[in-house]
Amino acid sequence: MNKFIVSPSPHIHTEQSIPKLMYGVIISLLPALAVSVWYFGIGMIITTTVSVASAILFEYLIQRYMLRVKPTHLDGSALLTGLLLAFCLPANIPFWMVMIGALAAVGIGKLTFGGLGNNIFNPALVGRVFLFISFPVAMTAWPEPGQWMHYTDAVTGATPLGLMKEGLATRTVGEIMPEVPSYLYLLMGKTMGSAGEVSALALLIGMLYMMYRKIISWHIPITILGTVFIFTGILWLANPDRFADPLFHLLTGGLMLGAIYMATDYVTSPMTGRGMIIYGVGIGIVTVLIRTFGAYPEGVQFAILIFNGFTPLINKFVKPKRFGKEVRNG
Amino acid sequence: MSLKTFSRGGVHPPEYKLSSGKPIIELPPPEVAVIPISQHLGAPAKVVVERGQEVKVGQLIAVAEGFVSTNVHSSVSGKVMKIDQFTDSSGYRKMAVQIQVEGDEWIETIDRSDDLVRSSVLPAEVIRKKILEAGIVGMGGATFPSHVKLTVPKGKTPEYLVINGVECEPYLTADHTLMMNRTEEIFSGIQLLMKGLGVDRAIVGIENNKPDAIEKMNQVVRGSNVTVQGLKVKYPQGGEKQLVQALLKREVPSGGLPIDVGVVVFNVGTALATYEAVMKNRPLIDRMVTVTGKELKDPSNFRVRIGTPVSMLIEKAGGLPGNTAKVINGGPMMGKALSTLDVPVVKGSSGILLISEGESRRKEVKPCIRCTKCVTVCPMGLEPYLLMSLSEKGLFERMEHEKVMDCIECGSCSYTCPSSRPLLDYIRLGKAEVGKIMRARKAV
Repeated sequence: MNKFIVSPSPHIHTEQSIPKLMYGVIISLLPALAVSVWYFGIGMIITTTVSVASAILFEYLIQRYMLRVKPTHLDGSALLTGLLLAFCLPANIPFWMVMIGALAAVGIGKLTFGGLGNNIFNPALVGRVFLFISFPVAMTAWPEPGQWMHYTDAVTGATPLGLMKEGLATRTVGEIMPEVPSYLYLLMGKTMGSAGEVSALALLIGMLYMMYRKIISWHIPITILGTVFIFTGILWLANPDRFADPLFHLLTGGLMLGAIYMATDYVTSPMTGRGMIIYGVGIGIVTVLIRTFGAYPEGVQFAILIFNGFTPLINKFVKPKRFGKEVRNG
Repeated sequence: MSLKTFSRGGVHPPEYKLSSGKPIIELPPPEVAVIPISQHLGAPAKVVVERGQEVKVGQLIAVAEGFVSTNVHSSVSGKVMKIDQFTDSSGYRKMAVQIQVEGDEWIETIDRSDDLVRSSVLPAEVIRKKILEAGIVGMGGATFPSHVKLTVPKGKTPEYLVINGVECEPYLTADHTLMMNRTEEIFSGIQLLMKGLGVDRAIVGIENNKPDAIEKMNQVVRGSNVTVQGLKVKYPQGGEKQLVQALLKREVPSGGLPIDVGVVVFNVGTALATYEAVMKNRPLIDRMVTVTGKELKDPSNFRVRIGTPVSMLIEKAGGLPGNTAKVINGGPMMGKALSTLDVPVVKGSSGILLISEGESRRKEVKPCIRCTKCVTVCPMGLEPYLLMSLSEKGLFERMEHEKVMDCIECGSCSYTCPSSRPLLDYIRLGKAEVGKIMRARKAV
């Protein structure tokens, strides 16, 4: 007699899986990676390799020897964390700092909370902020693009946001702008900044790819970029000497990388479209507040981490629209 | 023609309509038929034949017990061998009448000709009575007694009859085949149902992967107050609430029925059964069953007598492929897995699907990464990830608050989960527990 498998419906399942989703994100990062290697050469290659390898290695070691669970280091998520961490570091940062950052990202950011799916804060950003607080000098020395064969010995300079912040103390926006690379260069990535954040264009291509593959929805990136555009637009219209124009804010700093890749991290962002919009508006507003009124030139990393913390609350109160109204005494 | 669809959620599983376009093959009666007395939702019918009694095709063998119940007829002629418990497609043993088939003798009142009898001047009560007498139930699989749906509760006013020709389950082609081959009869059945219900408008919803059926139905209904609406392909469009919303933009309230928004829904198969019952005096003794599977030699659309063993259907479609690991009664999204082939076809059997070893195994369950896919695809606007986690923790009161009872068990969440989490399994568990809590509350 035949023996059959008996299990409840549904009996078919999607071909989608965690590794496929993760590798989808990684593929979408390739244009930005190519641009970074083009401008920062050997520094970017070393930083990326060390970051990715350390993230995977630390995940394996911690799971295998400290937590004594089945290691999941090859599911693509540690690779992605390592890649994103490298993207938000200066390409000339010493490799041992990168390793410390990867340990903080995977160890503190992810595994302390119970591993993939349970972390409250974006692991790559945890790693970045850990390094930012521990090594403030190394984390704010930005190599000038085009120094192919230079690593830690690269000539450094200030980012456009840094120029703006510093300059506004004594001068007007109009006087500072000639020192900032042209918007075309900002779009292409020929500017100073974290290795993977420089080219707005490459990151936007990655975003379109992820939307096409349905890896992310439009809600988070578009809301963040839209909020920053509108908020800085209002400030700029109110006082164009004191505030830079909205396009400057969209093209500079870690905004694109943050809005497209950091804020859209599945685990740490809200579960509903409306929740994502609240989250995105919040990140946009806090980013602009830090950039224009705060002490730091860039604020997107802190804005995202703050709203990562709000995500459970948003999920609790913002529900999807249920089908059908309630019937009384039903 | 512009296509419509429902507004929230939904998935697009691969269609695999392997038996599409194949003709209706009428199967001969089996050697032994096992006819359960409870093939419908509601109270089981009461057996009115005795062991050893000779019966004919179409003879009443069990009569409706109470209002939400319906009649059961013999689908074969022969001698009643046993009235006993038999394993049915649920895997449980249920009361059934076993008949040793001899010949194929029908009761005289049944009109077996193919002549089309146009709708007459029958009053609504007569139509409803004939539907009850013929034992008609929802043929889409829900098997709710049709005469009950036609009896509109006080205070409700039906405005529309909706005919479900969606067939959104992958693989299944029974309704498609009926619409292509029995178009006139279905149209006549729709008119009878409209009259029985007292409405003057009907809409037939058909998904756009069946353009031939849309065209054929359109030709037949031309000039009448029945319209045919094409729908974008999206699962679970055949769900009552989704279909009503897609066609009329009306949302059936939580815990309510389509009649609460002035709509009654019947399947195309039910329309055909209504025609045959009312105009041909033919009780519900057979039905369309799709027998299909990627490895099956000859996927087919059979017209099968109720009570025929599933094993016979598979033999007629080329035999059981060696690597078959799962046999599903129904479609791949909502059908039930069978533990044995020795179960009878019943009024609600729309398809038999064979799945190979490789596709039967579930994948390893991974942690939830909050990708939001389950929330995005849920057609009822629920949060499957949350419901599963509440169910795991036994927080059933909170599940009730999170509207778990609205779940239609379409399986879109489990289908779409990239971590292969058994979301619907846990939601079903929660629904059962919440049901207990609600009943206990009512009893106090």
